[in-house]
Amino acid sequence: MEMIEHAIRENSLVGAFAFVGLIMWISVHLSRKLTFGRVHGSAIAIVIGLALAYWGGIQTGGSKGLADLKLFAGIGLMGGAMMRDFAIVATAFEVQVDEAKKAGLVGVMALLLGTIIPFIVGASVAWSMGYTDAVAMTTIGAGAVTYIVGPVTGAAIGASSDLMALAIATGLIKAIMVMVFTPVAARFMGLDNPRSAMVFGGLAGTVSGVSAGLAATDRRLVPYGALVATFHTGLGCLMGPSVLFLATKAIVG
Amino acid sequence: MIIYGTAILAACHLLGVYIGDLLGAFIGVKANVGGVGIAMMLLISARVYLHKRGLMPDTTEAGVGFWAAMYIPVVVAMAAQQNVVAALKGGPVALISAIGAVLLCACTIALINRTGPKRQDTAWQTGTVAEES
Repeated sequence: MEMIEHAIRENSLVGAFAFVGLIMWISVHLSRKLTFGRVHGSAIAIVIGLALAYWGGIQTGGSKGLADLKLFAGIGLMGGAMMRDFAIVATAFEVQVDEAKKAGLVGVMALLLGTIIPFIVGASVAWSMGYTDAVAMTTIGAGAVTYIVGPVTGAAIGASSDLMALAIATGLIKAIMVMVFTPVAARFMGLDNPRSAMVFGGLAGTVSGVSAGLAATDRRLVPYGALVATFHTGLGCLMGPSVLFLATKAIVG
Repeated sequence: MIIYGTAILAACHLLGVYIGDLLGAFIGVKANVGGVGIAMMLLISARVYLHKRGLMPDTTEAGVGFWAAMYIPVVVAMAAQQNVVAALKGGPVALISAIGAVLLCACTIALINRTGPKRQDTAWQTGTVAEES
């Protein structure tokens, strides 16, 4: 047993390939046997991944879920930002250029709305729960945009570290909700063509939420959503500490 | 050779991220602005350009296609390393903000998609998805 553990630790990325392959295999079977294909195998796999991340976080007290366990360090590399972005870029190979061009303008509009709506919701909730100063409202509002925009904005306007932690938690919950509930709400949102995927990518925000949510809904829609969603964090980091902070300050003083 | 495809993909990725960083520095943001999106557009342009000149044999395409097909497993690995514990510890402010934002955005998406033009185009469905079983 120790020898196997040693082998996996020495070859962590290879271990991750095998482990994720196993999760996928289990998920596809659960999807077929338990739900008769109604729930997508990848949706089940993502939920299993999140559950394992919770378990890993409890076990180690770390911040990287399952990847904090030495045996599963390869998961950190395989699912890290580098590999994630590399795989997302690769999906662009399947994009039908005309489809993407047709929805360009509506994608930009969705991107703007996707920054402003979550911000207003987050800032309003913060205000109603007693965080009435502009810095706190802006930081939490920015956290509701994405979990990267929150701390970046907070750092720029001088928020305390508890506020930033709160903003990160807000963004994380949002990302997890998008991952889990996108396939459930796909029909309601009309998510069945490239244009709608681009609208979704702009409004749902967070590359991780959008990419996992679309993967669990229809793999072919991924590149269209991701193409728009990758501008989300940049736009949020641009607007958060500037326009949105100033607007909040003008309103609450 | 299969590595040509992967190398083109890698080059587009790096160039896109570099341009995204430059863009971020240019507008004074401490973040990468659309680097991955720019990389995707570069890859699309590269594909169209090389395809027209007949410089894109199947093996080269396979060097990109493999990574596109690895996308879902990578996303599963990504899910397994989210800070779920911290997310659940955020308390009511974080929870209500997130739920409110997601609900309102979902309704907005539904609104835009339902009022948009109804099209029966199905060309996008005949992609090159390798892993569908």
